[in-house]
Amino acid sequence: MALLEIDNLHAKIDGEHGKEILKGLSLKVNPGEVHAIMGPNGSGKSTLSYILAGKDDYEVTDGSVSLDGEDLLEMEIDERAAKGVFLAFQYPVEVPGVATMTFLRSALNAQRKKRGEEEISTPDFLRLVKDKAAGLGISQDMLRRGVNVGFSGGEKKRAEILQMAVLEPKVAILDETDSGLDIDALKVVSEGVNALRSPDRAMIVITHYQRLLNHIVPDFVHVMHKGRIVRSGGKELALELEANGYAEYQQDAA
Amino acid sequence: MNADIRPIRTPAEQAILASLGGLPAGGDRLADLRRAAARSFEEHGLPHRRVEEWKYTDLRTLMREAVPLAGPAAVAQADAAARLLRGVEARRIVVANGAVVPELSDLAGLEEGLRLTTLSAALASGDEVLSRLGGILPGRYDASLALNTALAKDGVVIVVAPGAKIERPVHVAHVFAGESAAASYARSLVVVGAGASFTYAESFEGPQGLAYQANAATEFVVGDEAHLDVVRLQEDGAGAFHLATLLFDVGRQAQVHAFTLASGAAVARTSLYATLSGEGSAVGFNGASLLKDRQHNDATLFVDHQAPGCESRELFKTVLDDTSRGVFQGKIVVRQAAQKTDGRMMSRALLLGDDAEMDNKPELEIFADDVQCGHGATCGAIDDELLFYLRARGIPLTEAQSLLVQAFVGEAVETVEHDGLREALLERAEGWLKARG
Repeated sequence: MALLEIDNLHAKIDGEHGKEILKGLSLKVNPGEVHAIMGPNGSGKSTLSYILAGKDDYEVTDGSVSLDGEDLLEMEIDERAAKGVFLAFQYPVEVPGVATMTFLRSALNAQRKKRGEEEISTPDFLRLVKDKAAGLGISQDMLRRGVNVGFSGGEKKRAEILQMAVLEPKVAILDETDSGLDIDALKVVSEGVNALRSPDRAMIVITHYQRLLNHIVPDFVHVMHKGRIVRSGGKELALELEANGYAEYQQDAA
Repeated sequence: MNADIRPIRTPAEQAILASLGGLPAGGDRLADLRRAAARSFEEHGLPHRRVEEWKYTDLRTLMREAVPLAGPAAVAQADAAARLLRGVEARRIVVANGAVVPELSDLAGLEEGLRLTTLSAALASGDEVLSRLGGILPGRYDASLALNTALAKDGVVIVVAPGAKIERPVHVAHVFAGESAAASYARSLVVVGAGASFTYAESFEGPQGLAYQANAATEFVVGDEAHLDVVRLQEDGAGAFHLATLLFDVGRQAQVHAFTLASGAAVARTSLYATLSGEGSAVGFNGASLLKDRQHNDATLFVDHQAPGCESRELFKTVLDDTSRGVFQGKIVVRQAAQKTDGRMMSRALLLGDDAEMDNKPELEIFADDVQCGHGATCGAIDDELLFYLRARGIPLTEAQSLLVQAFVGEAVETVEHDGLREALLERAEGWLKARG
């Protein structure tokens, strides 16, 4: 049984005349695997990440998603997180007035509580965050500030990876984590992500460009177009896309 | 047609008039003030929606019931009722049913430069500080203040000597203690001398099931270069009427900051009048209101810039759940002489209940030509994107809402300078959110 199994997923934007975005997407992800999903703008990559995380702007009209054999689509947003789903946002929001430390601690303890585990003690929590933050170049001052408030684009992405490191998800979905990063920031973020690769954890890396995949080397690459996966292969597929672009898929569809 | 001709008195008005009937003839300036206030009430009665300043808080309709004047509270009962801010290191004065309870009040061992007495004692001894009482006028008929002037017999009188730095706050704990609904009136006077600094806290509380009426007014006379912090916590009982008036006269180069956290009473109205009569002062009047059920809360401000070069800041946050209603009325007047005035006013409301209502009425009246003034008002629900972000990290819906509401309120509470009082207020706000579930 796969860790995450998406089968024939159809989804549209919520509402009476909502546009259909996912049109029969299937994907199996096993523990330890890193899958890259590439595709042109508007192919439905971000929608897929939002639907997996549980955003209620979309309606699933057909198909299924299971996590460890359980129906993911039936779960509340926070329940999915507690079961191990983590979405690193393309555009992390700013949350003024909620300090990063308070936020991280609330999130970690809420997840633990839901899983029937004990809350983390204050010294353990401080140590955990300090260790993880240091590797990502996140200062104590950033941790004291409101979540993402006044952070640069690169700082926001690093903060997302810090959250992932603290929350230790089973399935991490990285939505265009490379967007808005210069080459140095890309390196820091990629190293952070690579440090979190483990035999128990799967990752879905969504990206428009091959560049990120030089740093986070995937086991599988999928091409997404018009709401479906149209081609799958190994990491060499990303290089082919880099050379030829998405034109052939767009022509096929026309 | 004249809207003021209103021969029909409501039961509440009749009861108040009966209370006013007992005012003695003769006496000094204060007796004259009382009679003038009583006469103005007889003329105008309780304000209603056609009176502009009370448009959103129609007291005549809201306050129907006739209640007698409150009698004295038993000491043990008053003690049990006064729970708020007990953990804060402060000189505590308990005012129960409008009268200072000496047994529960820390009136001895005063710091050098601090004079603290009761209004009743000052009246009895003909204390000359009372020449300041009733000296700050709102410039318009205010029923709540008129009734207070006519009927209050006790309260706290504080004089801080010029240059004195009083570290320990004075906390005046207003409580209502009794078995049946009654009306209480308390009047206080705080005179802060030139260059002195002082922190004044007051709290309000009472039983939950009783439609009692608590009316408190405090006058603050702030000297040149003085520093005054006022921190208020209003948690009157869920059936109560809370009417408060704050009057400030601010001298030259002074700093005044007042903050009110309000979550109590069925109907509450807090009117704040500030006259900036000296050059170069900085004032901040902030507040946060947490409302639920059918609560009605009105914060009305009137800031009068009479002198040049003053800065005024107002930030009010209102959280409205269920079918509660919030009102913010803020008026900044800049007189012709008050050049280089810098005034900013902001009211933000967060609607949690679908049927909650917020009325914002900011006003600017500017007669000077070289000023910077601005106001703004916002009203909205919790941002769905923020909520999704928190939930996507595993924080359940109600906890995520609480965190966001706390952050919203926190921005205003953080303006309280005194550490102990700020922490206590944040704790009360947190408690309100927890009780919401």
